[in-house]
Amino acid sequence: MSEDDFFKKASVVKLDTLSDVNDIGKPWRYEEDGMTVTRTSPWSPPGCHPVGCGLKLYVDAEGRLERVEGDENNPVTQGRLCPRCIALKDYIYNPARLLHPMKRDPKDRGNADAWETITWDEAFDIIKAEYDRITAQYGRESIVVFAGTGREGGTFFPFGSMCFGTPNFCYTQSGYACYTPRLAAIAYIGGTTYPEWDYAGALPGRWDDPRYDLTEVLLIWGKAPLESSPDGFFGHAVIDAMRRGTRLIVIDPRVTWLSSRADIFLQLRAGTDTALGMAMLDIIISEDLYDHDFVSYWCYGFDELAERCSTMPPEKAATICDVPVEDIYAAARMYAAGNPAAIQWGLSADQKTNGMQHAQVIVSLMAITGNLDAPGGQLLPNSSAGHNEVGFGFDKGVGDDLLAKMVGLDQYPAYCMVILNAQADLMLKALETGEPYPIKMGFYAGNNLMSCTSMEPERWHDAIVKSLEFCIGFDTFMNPSIEASCDIFLPLKTVAERDGTVFTHYAPCTVTAGFMHEAITVGDCKTDYELCYELGRHLRPELWDKEFNFRSAKEFMEALRLGKREEGRYFDKVAENVVCQIPIEYYKYEKGLMREDGTPGFATPTGRIELWSTAFHGFGEDPLPYYEEPQFGPADPELMEEYPLILTTGARTTAFFHSEHRQVPRLRALNPDPITEINPVTAQKYGIADGQWVRLSSPFGECVQKARVSEIVDEKTVHAQHAWWFPEEEGSEPNLYGNFRSNINNLLPNFHFGKLGFGAPNKCFVCKIEPIEESYDTDMTEVWDKFGKLV
Amino acid sequence: MTKGILINYDYCTGCHSCEVACKKTLGLPEGEFGIKLTEVGPYEYTDKPAPDHWEWTWLPVITKACDLCMGRTTKGKMPSCVQHCQAWCMYYGDVEDLAKKMDGKTRWALLATRE
Ligand code: SF4
Ligand code: SF4
Ligand code: SF4
Repeated sequence: MSEDDFFKKASVVKLDTLSDVNDIGKPWRYEEDGMTVTRTSPWSPPGCHPVGCGLKLYVDAEGRLERVEGDENNPVTQGRLCPRCIALKDYIYNPARLLHPMKRDPKDRGNADAWETITWDEAFDIIKAEYDRITAQYGRESIVVFAGTGREGGTFFPFGSMCFGTPNFCYTQSGYACYTPRLAAIAYIGGTTYPEWDYAGALPGRWDDPRYDLTEVLLIWGKAPLESSPDGFFGHAVIDAMRRGTRLIVIDPRVTWLSSRADIFLQLRAGTDTALGMAMLDIIISEDLYDHDFVSYWCYGFDELAERCSTMPPEKAATICDVPVEDIYAAARMYAAGNPAAIQWGLSADQKTNGMQHAQVIVSLMAITGNLDAPGGQLLPNSSAGHNEVGFGFDKGVGDDLLAKMVGLDQYPAYCMVILNAQADLMLKALETGEPYPIKMGFYAGNNLMSCTSMEPERWHDAIVKSLEFCIGFDTFMNPSIEASCDIFLPLKTVAERDGTVFTHYAPCTVTAGFMHEAITVGDCKTDYELCYELGRHLRPELWDKEFNFRSAKEFMEALRLGKREEGRYFDKVAENVVCQIPIEYYKYEKGLMREDGTPGFATPTGRIELWSTAFHGFGEDPLPYYEEPQFGPADPELMEEYPLILTTGARTTAFFHSEHRQVPRLRALNPDPITEINPVTAQKYGIADGQWVRLSSPFGECVQKARVSEIVDEKTVHAQHAWWFPEEEGSEPNLYGNFRSNINNLLPNFHFGKLGFGAPNKCFVCKIEPIEESYDTDMTEVWDKFGKLV
Repeated sequence: MTKGILINYDYCTGCHSCEVACKKTLGLPEGEFGIKLTEVGPYEYTDKPAPDHWEWTWLPVITKACDLCMGRTTKGKMPSCVQHCQAWCMYYGDVEDLAKKMDGKTRWALLATRE
């Protein structure tokens, strides 16, 4: 296929509710009423998973963004936007946004008033001097790049590999408990990557495309697609399908809007999903509801799986999961009967110690029902899919000697090699102890770990502040992590100020490729690729100018994202399409499109979906799924006596992307305070009123949040929001924007991951709860005063 | 002809896009709305089977500040709330036409403002 076919402009499907007067068919940039309108497909910042919802940026003659609107030309989002993009202007021109580089004496870390504005040149010179000093003394491996999520920077691996040349790119959540465990599971079991529900995103006719079969049954498992468009999936596509007749099964410890519309809702005890999945497999196998052809041609280890799942009969799972056994039967039968049926599997699979096995049962369900790579089932990428940002420039930039020093590689190769990341928990240990070697320099790439991605955040805070001699923050706003630990701040461009690409679902199973277009200039900021290129050339000129040899920052981005080196001309050409639908094929495993050698089957050692996993076996893990009780839970009655409630955390909100957006008043008004959901019966038992503040505690720590008394959770469970800090408050230590007051991660541990190094119990922990007298209600007037007047 | 907004509120997910889009369009200050969501639930019925076992209903209410997006609708464009509605459950038009959509198959609410 020619490249021009690959990046071909997406066809448009008009939404029923859209007027006949619309902007369908407009070019990527046009004039309207004296304004220049730029169509773009945004990724970050602000953070969002790569969905790339069509966006129109209206810019006046003075070059100021006047307003934003949804772009009807995007085949998936069709002009719709979530509130975060609708309020984009309030983020971009927010008075708290930082627009120039700054420095601060390391002895003033934690002092919000000690920053001094500098030029980029001065910033680069300071970084270069510290880089040379630290690497000469401790080696490049002493540098850690703290990676986040959702921001392009959070997965901008070249910061580690090419710019700083360290093997220690590190997403700091214990057990990498976000998306990567799911990716790893399918990589090891099926030799492919994340099988997304096929919502016809890549088909020109969308839902009515002749190649598509509407999903009859959609099983939503531990995911909240509507609130956050997670993993690059436009969440309201579920509504599109429901309105066409798709029926739902929802598995979640919390009631969700989708569960309230589902035919079957399994409100299981948090963390018991693997037992439920094994029981569903047992029913489907013993009632002979599986796809015999797919199993005999394309699966390996079916009999072993059947035997293993027979140890988890539905009656046993019902007791473990605390759901009616007839609902398990009904769900298994309904899913198996769906033709096609699909599973949307979420973060819950990542956020438990037993999560790899949860992922294993989900993939097994998809496989034995014949839904892998079927229209309306689970779409799989072909063998050449993905844009290898993980390994891009790694050989020359890091090299094998340093790769061998990656923190955690010896102990957890299944983790470190699948994503070229230092193991998070062992990085914490390295920061605390200097073992296996000292960590001396840090860089925050789209990460506010002290508010969001680290467990026991005060422990991370202390370790970072103590261990790092020099640390750089690169962001749009100040945040608690940078305030506490950085010596240099660098300002980052937002989506409206930049070029770039957005591949849905982080590229593994892309259905649309979008392009960002720079529409405005604000301050003196850079985008991730510009900083990586410029700082890289500054720190390692011999490498960048002799080996990599990009002619411009844009060419670097073009090479990284599009595999071309045409000084940005190729990018410019395809970017005019704004959004492209990637050509897809179904049943690729039959056509030799899943394996690099071009033979039929899957890219696993056996060429089949390995229900009995040879890779797991090789890593010393059980090759078959097994259920393990949450380590902190009813299996420990003594613990439950003191901490009697199941704690599940981090359900997504509409207003925020993780720790972002707290300083956008129109969004903050939707969710002013950190909320803990508690059932009315439980609330009454503990004397908690709706709207009252409560103290939550666990063996690891405590925090305060505001109670929402609601049947959204059952009597044994509480749910607490994550990633809270308060940008309107005093930023200096010890308050640090109130970072540790309502931080639910205070209660959650490090070092409780599964055998392969993955997973953390964020969604299945324990706590106790008590009402408190104090109120910490947010004063929205103060938030408006501080952040409401745009600059 | 009287114009209005029809909402297929079985599908309103409470996503707040209409609210925020309206505030941005009208430039409303703190605490004011042109359209604001109301929420009922979630709670369980004892006598209704799934998928109606749970009650969780969102419905936007239109305030006096709403001008039905005159600036947009006179040009033939959709109101900002309708354009951005993520569940595409909002329809704008003549109330007579809108009323014809109310087919008893899903839950509808027709909101018409003063002219
Ligand atoms: S999901 Fe992301 S890209 Fe889409 S509208 Fe929301 S913030 Fe913007
Ligand atoms: S029609 Fe316009 S003014 Fe009225 S509620 Fe919708 S967005 Fe607001
Ligand atoms: S935008 Fe639509 S779905 Fe979202 S809250 Fe408003 S009416 Fe409901």
